[in-house]
Amino acid sequence: MSTIEIDIEKSNESNCTNESEMKKVNTIELVNKNLKKRYRAERRFKAYGLVSICFALLCLVVLFTDIISKGHGAFFQTYIQLELNLDEDVLEVNDIQNMKQLASANYQGVIRQSLRTLFPDAKKRHDKRKLYALVSSGASYQLADQIKAQPALVGTTISVFVLADDDVDTWFKSLDDAKPFIGRMSEKQLVWLESLKKSGSLHKKFNTTFFNNGDSREPELAGIKGAMIGSLFTILVTFLLSFTVGISTAIYLEEYAPKNLFTDFIEVNINNLAAVPSIIFGLLGLAIFIGMFGMQRSIPLLGGVVLSLMTLPTIIISSRAAIKAVPPSIRQAALGMGASKMQVILHHVLPLAMPGMLTGTIIGLAQALGETAPLLMIGMVAFVVDVPGALTDPSTALPVQIFLWADSPERAFVERTSAAIMVLLAFLISMNTVAVFLRKRLERRW
Amino acid sequence: MEQSIEKIGPTIGQSLLENPKMSMRNVDVFYGDKQAIYDVNLDIGKNEVLSMIGPSGCGKSTFLRCLNRMNDTIEGCKVTGSFDLEGKNIYHPKMDVVPLRARVGMVFQKPNPFPKTIYDNVAYGPKIHGLVESKTDLDEIVESSLQKAGLWDEVKDRLDQQGTGLSGGQQQRLCIARTIAISPEVILMDEPCSALDPIATSKIENLITELSENYTIAIVTHSMQQAARVSDRTAYFHLGKLVEVNDTQHLFTNPDHELTEAYITGRFG
Amino acid sequence: MSSSVLLLVIAMLFVFSYWSGRGKAITSAQHLGGVTTLNSLPFYYGMLAVLWCAIPCLVLVSLWSMFDETVIQQLLVSQLPDNSADMSSGEMTLLLNKVNNIANGITAASGQPVYMQDAANYLLSLRANSHLAMSVIALSLAVCGLSIAWVKINPELRARKQVETVFKLILLLCSCIAILTTVGIVLSVLFESIQFFNKVPVSEFLFGLHWSPQVAIREDQVGGSGAFGAIPLFVGTLLISAIAMIVAVPTGLMSAIYLSEYASKQVRSWVKPLLEILAGIPTVVYGFFAALTVAPLIRDTGDWLNGSWTFELLGLSLQVSSESALAAGLVMGVMIIPFISSLADDVINAVPQSLRDGSLGLGSTHSETIRQVVIPAALPGIVGGVLLAVSRAIGETMIVVMAAGLAANLTANPLESVTTVTVQIVTMLVGDQEFDSAKTLSAFALGLMLFVVTLTLNIYALRVVKKYREQYE
Repeated sequence: MSTIEIDIEKSNESNCTNESEMKKVNTIELVNKNLKKRYRAERRFKAYGLVSICFALLCLVVLFTDIISKGHGAFFQTYIQLELNLDEDVLEVNDIQNMKQLASANYQGVIRQSLRTLFPDAKKRHDKRKLYALVSSGASYQLADQIKAQPALVGTTISVFVLADDDVDTWFKSLDDAKPFIGRMSEKQLVWLESLKKSGSLHKKFNTTFFNNGDSREPELAGIKGAMIGSLFTILVTFLLSFTVGISTAIYLEEYAPKNLFTDFIEVNINNLAAVPSIIFGLLGLAIFIGMFGMQRSIPLLGGVVLSLMTLPTIIISSRAAIKAVPPSIRQAALGMGASKMQVILHHVLPLAMPGMLTGTIIGLAQALGETAPLLMIGMVAFVVDVPGALTDPSTALPVQIFLWADSPERAFVERTSAAIMVLLAFLISMNTVAVFLRKRLERRW
Repeated sequence: MEQSIEKIGPTIGQSLLENPKMSMRNVDVFYGDKQAIYDVNLDIGKNEVLSMIGPSGCGKSTFLRCLNRMNDTIEGCKVTGSFDLEGKNIYHPKMDVVPLRARVGMVFQKPNPFPKTIYDNVAYGPKIHGLVESKTDLDEIVESSLQKAGLWDEVKDRLDQQGTGLSGGQQQRLCIARTIAISPEVILMDEPCSALDPIATSKIENLITELSENYTIAIVTHSMQQAARVSDRTAYFHLGKLVEVNDTQHLFTNPDHELTEAYITGRFG
Repeated sequence: MSSSVLLLVIAMLFVFSYWSGRGKAITSAQHLGGVTTLNSLPFYYGMLAVLWCAIPCLVLVSLWSMFDETVIQQLLVSQLPDNSADMSSGEMTLLLNKVNNIANGITAASGQPVYMQDAANYLLSLRANSHLAMSVIALSLAVCGLSIAWVKINPELRARKQVETVFKLILLLCSCIAILTTVGIVLSVLFESIQFFNKVPVSEFLFGLHWSPQVAIREDQVGGSGAFGAIPLFVGTLLISAIAMIVAVPTGLMSAIYLSEYASKQVRSWVKPLLEILAGIPTVVYGFFAALTVAPLIRDTGDWLNGSWTFELLGLSLQVSSESALAAGLVMGVMIIPFISSLADDVINAVPQSLRDGSLGLGSTHSETIRQVVIPAALPGIVGGVLLAVSRAIGETMIVVMAAGLAANLTANPLESVTTVTVQIVTMLVGDQEFDSAKTLSAFALGLMLFVVTLTLNIYALRVVKKYREQYE
């Protein structure tokens, strides 16, 4: 059958050989005619790709510049240099050995007195209040700490840098701008500030408060220490729980799990949990851990538990990949020597897969460290001034602190929010760098 | 029976032709630091079928892929020497690969139809090259290409089905139809039957014989019987060198080189 | 005994049981001819002893600490004066909180009603007793377990087998946590949602066009009785997600194509980590960026356009809200770019080289190959990735909480302020809550919706991607 067909085809072909020669010439002409257009399309397409990447990278650059330009100022804080006459009468102290007296002494009075002597024109009650407002309400506490450390200073006159109010701080930092910040400050206050500036009494110093204090309603007193410790505790709990449980699950699924419906069900659950919105985990924490188990709200322990449930899928998935990457020949070699399954896993598979597992864990923890929504749900948004000392002390976390400060109206908080973001990003980027480094090392191995 | 490259010596037989379609001179190919082809000189005549045989890893596929610059897509592959298609060097910096590949088509070892319909598979080439102006022209090209590839009767009722749904032999003929739809001058075939069963193979072989009326065909094959059946001339490669080129009948019945003889008598390969 | 001391004692007990179990095994093997006569290595006998000692004790401690507060509360309630029996649950919780605060020393005891002081003292004594009881029972369980192990250990005991079985069981239990989490999520949103739907009909929630959840606390208070039509929230969520997708899908896809098909190795090795940084930035940072940089920028642009002569000539004017959906959507889009790009990158790389060769071999240009062969071949995978990205956009919280508004406007205008499901959940549940009010419960109903929608999207997307992978394996 087929040969007959082919014969017919052949005769057809030979008849039109000339025609097909013609067609070939025609083809090349057509191809060449369209080439220009096609190469233009090619260049256009390539340009779209380049533009897309540039757009993404531009966003990254804009984001970082924006945050750094807003936040770098927060690492410095304005102080006002004042001559303080530590008069015993003003301080209401008669016995400098009496710590109780020293603690409750009238430091504010000393600072106010010094301000009054500097600017005697502030006579009216209203003006005086404005004058006092130049100095932070926290300045007296800092003075108190200084005097308590050196009680002998009482009765002398010392030159002290006192913390300036946040408006003064923002004004002083914005002097180089086209329109310096004025905020709620009055004409008079600005005149005083100008004269302070002229006499060289305004100084910018490294902002230790920002790293040593907890939260505060006053921007110049607000710091990230409380939030950082809170985050540290939370992440510690997350690490302990998600690392152990995650690796155990990965080992079970890769090395032990039989192929059955139950195993499939576990896998489906893990894959879906990986994509459940984080806020849902917050609802879980609220309804189950607080509502059912009666756990305390706002504590790092609960935050850690909720975040570890959220990070588990990430860790499990990457740990499984790491275990899969261990060549089966190593398992067979160990089994061939008579090692038990547990020995094979503990002696061979785990050590070889550990860098990969750690990479996944670090990436998961970095995610958890930046996570905010679930923590809002379990009450870690409370205004907490004290630095937490235990897993069960109420606290916030760094991203939540950023959220809280971003909501605050004071301009000085914008600066501090950005600075807190810089600190958070520094942590995240260094964690990711470690992860990348580990992954590189892992790649070299096989 | 391992041979070192030095012992092979210069190419024996009739490697150069008068008025060839393609002519290759002093071809060396490197993958990174590794040299895959050593100083090959070979001509391909108009409307002839040239088959290239040799043990695996001898460089025959590499050489074939050079003929329409498919090696460009492999990172670290470096090609030196001259490849002339009707007197023009295809590796000239100003040579454009797009029209080149429209003139020198290629059929691959594993059938690789696009995940599109049968019709769209064949119509793909004419469409991208802008060879047709109307839908009827395109229909005509698709039909005639499928007919030439001997696939028309099998698929004419299901042109809108996925090309990937065909059997292996049909897929390969679809790929050949796809290639001849743009009327190339040369068709390169890289072991086109290695993934097919004997019946599909014989269909493809018949097709090659038919196509040789109008097209120049270079075919790499691992089957000596196939080379003997379809080709006018045969080139034997060994360890990256071209050992012997001769008239097919001459090469298989009375090889000039002892390595060729060793290969065709099955002592290695 | 404080918790940390208890834990320390228990830990020391574990160490002791390991060495004693190991020691018992070795000594019992001595008169049989040495350690080699043991069924398993001494290590396993030690571990077996630890397991016997640890498991009952730890199970007890964890269960006890999970449920003791609940039991104590029950006891406390039963002890309260009779008139508290007919209190509403809200008042009861308030009362219990007060008692708790007195007991914890947050509120000064003096000045409070006597029955509250009594209750606080009772609470303290209950807590102390509970803790003592737990410590005693836990320690005795540990000791009992250890002695059972001690008795059982003999050279013929197949310790390795048993330890390995327990090891495997522990791993299995860990795997079940994923299931428990899912169950927990379902339960937590379902129960409260059912309560909510008892107060507000499902049809009103799903199809109502008006959302104003503020319920009057007192009868005479001005303010609505609360309207729970969630359509404005769904529309707001979809609007912001759609804007995000319009930004993210083309950019992410084209970036992936450029990186995997055109870029040199060196460019790839620089750009990919940079995109990963974009992916690693916390959402709260994006939210801050959206609220403080992008939103004002868009508003200013709107004002500027309003002032420009073309707009005046055409009589146009733009009303740009300071919390426009556009700002939140744009920034969310930027956040999703790396997500789409990395998924698309995987999918595009999975397209076999032979297809590219086939197309290039026919003389198509690189972009023709990509557009007409690679993308169609990769389409199912890309669609799956986009669906996952949509589910992420819908569930994204912080950007919209910070940059989108609270006003539940039913609009498709991206320059107006809209609110989303996640914003409402956060607003209802952060801060002081009214117990069992429809307002609080509505957050859980929204959570249920969110969970169901994202889950459906995920399951479908994962199935599509999986099918796609299998096609080319």
